[in-house]
Amino acid sequence: MRIPILKLRDYLLISVQVELDDKTALQFQEDVLSKIHEEGSRGVVIDLTSVEMIDSFIAKVLGDVVDMSNLMGAKVVLTGIQPPVAITLIDMGIMLEDVPTALDLEQGLDRLQLELEG
Amino acid sequence: MQVQTHVDINSEWGIVAARQAGRKLAREIGFGSVDQARITTAISELARNIYLYANKGQIYIEEVSNANKRGVKITAIDQGPGIKDVRKVMEDGFTTSGGLGAGLPGVRRLMDDFTIDSEVNNGTTISAIKWLR
Repeated sequence: MRIPILKLRDYLLISVQVELDDKTALQFQEDVLSKIHEEGSRGVVIDLTSVEMIDSFIAKVLGDVVDMSNLMGAKVVLTGIQPPVAITLIDMGIMLEDVPTALDLEQGLDRLQLELEG
Repeated sequence: MQVQTHVDINSEWGIVAARQAGRKLAREIGFGSVDQARITTAISELARNIYLYANKGQIYIEEVSNANKRGVKITAIDQGPGIKDVRKVMEDGFTTSGGLGAGLPGVRRLMDDFTIDSEVNNGTTISAIKWLR
């Protein structure tokens, strides 16, 4: 299964709408990085509104995508993390501290603009 | 009769199947969305541990009740290598797989009751219960 990645000017937009199994998550990680490379994207928004569960593995994959993209020179913002997901992550002791986040896609794009200007 | 299902874990797809079975039962018992996420996440961690360390095993998901409480019980069973130092794996941040080391201590915090029984070379059984409040 592949998660579609849309290009919007300098940005990539991704809405995760599938139940993430480990293989799909790792494939997604690779796909985001190749797409950044191909398109010369400066920023990426990953929207997690439809994601009902993030366990420690998926949290690590998402955190790694942010770090890897940073290394390449692109900023990533995670958006739309649902209340049960936020509660569960903190219960687990997973903070994702250095990961930029925003409430929704719209605010994610604003946040990206700020990150890139700042 | 109380519901019991079990999922064989021998591939990454087993992890997803176990999660979905757990969410379905949790919803049927009447857990809210936050506890559904907690139960599903706990199942995911336990199923992944089976797949990662023992290659195969089973996840049992069942409804349990005592005097005046209902809950969901998850049991993860494998005949894998077992855990040498159970205290160590219950520490936050301890990992032998390059992960976050949040799995088992996380499961204990997500659920209400937690027991772990492991014997080197013989396998591991972990049970966890979440009670409906």
